[in-house]
Amino acid sequence: MSRLGNIFYISIVFGALWGAIWTVIVTLLALFVSGLTFQPQVTAGAFAGLAAAGILMWQPHERRSLALRAVAGLAFIILLLVASGAEPMGQPISTYAFGQFVFVILTAIFVVQSIYFVGANLGPGSEKRYNIEVLCLRFIKGFGLVAFTIAVALPFFVMIMMSLKNQQLLLSNPLDFSIDFGQGFSALFRSYIELFTRYHFGTYLMNSALVSVATVAITLFFAVPGAYAVARLRFPGQNFLSRSILLIYMVPMIVLVIPLYAIFSQLGMRNTLWGLLFVYPATTIPVALYMLQGYFRGIPAELEEAGLMDGLTRLNVIIKITLPLALPALASVALYVFMIAWNEFLFAFMFLDNVDLFTLSRGIAELNSSEVPRQHLMAGAVIATVPVLALFLWFERFLVTGLTAGSVKG
Amino acid sequence: MSTSETPPSGPPKGLGPLAKREMRFAYLLLLPTFLIVLSVVLFPLIANVWISFKPVALADLRPPAILVNERLMGKFEVAGDEADIRYRARNSSRKSAITDVVFTDTVPDSLKILTVNDRCVATGQNIRCDLGDYAPGQREDIVVRVAAMQAFIDAPENIKDSDPEFTFVPENILTNGEFTFDNFKRLFNASDFWTVLWASMYYTIAGTVGALVMGLFAAQLMNITFGGRAILRGLFLSPYVAPVIAVALAWVLLLDPGPGGTLNALLIQLGVIDGPISFLGQRAVDITILGFTFTFPVALTVVIIFEIWRYFPLAMLFILARMQSMSTDIYEAAEIDGATPLQQFRFISLPQLMGIMAVLFLLRFIWTFNKFDDIFLLTGGAAGTRTLTVNVYEQAFALSNLGAGAAVAVVVFLVLLCFSVIFFKFSPEDDA
Repeated sequence: MSRLGNIFYISIVFGALWGAIWTVIVTLLALFVSGLTFQPQVTAGAFAGLAAAGILMWQPHERRSLALRAVAGLAFIILLLVASGAEPMGQPISTYAFGQFVFVILTAIFVVQSIYFVGANLGPGSEKRYNIEVLCLRFIKGFGLVAFTIAVALPFFVMIMMSLKNQQLLLSNPLDFSIDFGQGFSALFRSYIELFTRYHFGTYLMNSALVSVATVAITLFFAVPGAYAVARLRFPGQNFLSRSILLIYMVPMIVLVIPLYAIFSQLGMRNTLWGLLFVYPATTIPVALYMLQGYFRGIPAELEEAGLMDGLTRLNVIIKITLPLALPALASVALYVFMIAWNEFLFAFMFLDNVDLFTLSRGIAELNSSEVPRQHLMAGAVIATVPVLALFLWFERFLVTGLTAGSVKG
Repeated sequence: MSTSETPPSGPPKGLGPLAKREMRFAYLLLLPTFLIVLSVVLFPLIANVWISFKPVALADLRPPAILVNERLMGKFEVAGDEADIRYRARNSSRKSAITDVVFTDTVPDSLKILTVNDRCVATGQNIRCDLGDYAPGQREDIVVRVAAMQAFIDAPENIKDSDPEFTFVPENILTNGEFTFDNFKRLFNASDFWTVLWASMYYTIAGTVGALVMGLFAAQLMNITFGGRAILRGLFLSPYVAPVIAVALAWVLLLDPGPGGTLNALLIQLGVIDGPISFLGQRAVDITILGFTFTFPVALTVVIIFEIWRYFPLAMLFILARMQSMSTDIYEAAEIDGATPLQQFRFISLPQLMGIMAVLFLLRFIWTFNKFDDIFLLTGGAAGTRTLTVNVYEQAFALSNLGAGAAVAVVVFLVLLCFSVIFFKFSPEDDA
């Protein structure tokens, strides 16, 4: 039996693929960071990756030590330099020399580590279908992680970077996302400062916060008693309600917007925050009620019955026993409702005309014109995104359990 | 008293007093929710149907009013000269009538009222006219003949100093009895109705399936343990959490075909394309593969990719939660039996995930169909991306025809109703 088998051959193909992938990605990263016109050397990268995989996967898996990986990495760098004619990123090595050096080393590390993890515990000999599948799936998953990360992060990356540039630079070289830290804090964050001083973003931020928090408060105030009734009390129509409440959530907002616009216009409620505070809870209460009743059902009824036996009224049972137990669910519902209200665009856009009443979504829509420079628009987008994203990531665990356990049980 | 003597046979029928109290308490707790949902969701739904049968334009929402122009016709030279004060009144609306119009004004003390219009009465310096009803756009002159006294010649006053006042009952365009089928006729006769419906269906189906498949894939990735998984999961969820306007506009700038568009500049730099592609502005491109030429909708596909990008995290979240609640025993057993990873996924994981996938498909299908903001912010409905929901906005607010918009909204709701009926008929009981 030959020492080298299918695992080895598949691995060097993957090595070539990793070489190409990481060369492209790191070169583009270098391009964004430096603003220089780098060109990814895909074929050279693939060739070097193939060779690096050959060196690493030649050895049985228990002998692929750190030193061997370093050798493979070194081989990758040398071959990349040779195959690309000493232009590993499409530019003479002398331009941006230190940067190129760092990025080439980075590429080598990524390539070798990728090959190493995909081939871990496998090879280099012939193996059964099981291990071949494991190898291929590892490659696909690794590639998927990289692809997903880039696809998700790119718009956010562009958003942040554009907000720190200025219009001339953006138009002259749209790929230059290098940041000049030497220009000082106020010059770097010029767009943000201008938004707050000249474009009333302080007011918008306050309005958004006010509307979102008030929506959460109103929603919980209405949904908690409703959810408790649906979950615990027996009454005709209980089953129907608990099944159909979510149907309200299926009604498209766009169908409601014309009648609400017409009626609110005539009542003089259209251009007010009160109007929004009337509409938002109505759309969030059904889903909050549905999520909460799912959680309330999970709380043992015996605890409440004990409270009733001890002479508490129903209302006191809810306040003193049920709610403290349901705190995680309340937090997740509150967060979810906050997210909906903070991000809501349609009604804010249709209802608000007065600059003093704008929420962030409405304010950004106002910036979306050719007269306002792009960096302002993106700075506005960052201002709207950061609070809700920070809050969400901070309480992510709550939200995930609340969303999944409370609402839909599959 | 007498009932207690005959013991009841069998279980009690109807609700006992305790059960009744519980019922009343439950209804009391649900009442506020019921009222707010009734007023903001159910009532507008019905109001929308009502509006769809009415010829209402956006401008008609401003209630009609009486506009008046006051003018002195003639000149006062000496005391005793006569002239007319003419009030030219007009119904500002060309569509709705105004009823019970009453007009009052005060003439300066230094002018003497001689004659007034026959529907008017002059008491002292005050004039009051009952003008009755004004048809849409009707105009009328009210003439008051006055004579100047010496005081006016000495110190002329401007007759406009006292504003004429009107009281009236404007007809409400929303509640009057005028109905029409024009909105629906125009909607179904419009040449692009079927295009819009087709774009809506393509967007909904491709967006839903794409988000589900990507969510399933992402869930597989997140189910393996590695350093930094929590950070990546937070990152993967952020498209769903970030405000739609922020991410949509970031995409618009990213895909911009003009100078400054990142993706086009990137693709040109990489040599993938020769010139910039207008991703969000190009309706379709002809692609020839193996001699077959078919039309590929560019902008619509990009909008769908955005939809997938934004909503795969939701599918990922639910599928991941389901996967982590699966028992590991069955996988261990499969390992021993020699099932490969793909076989395990195909025959163990996938069947267990079908339930949650079906629920997600249902929810996402309806929500994607309802989606408005995303397309509106990306393309505004241009370049073949006008779905039914964007058409509602287009008709009602861009073309200022509320009635026509409401008619489209009725179609949206009817299509949705069809979907719901189909789904609930064919979906398994326990999942929905």
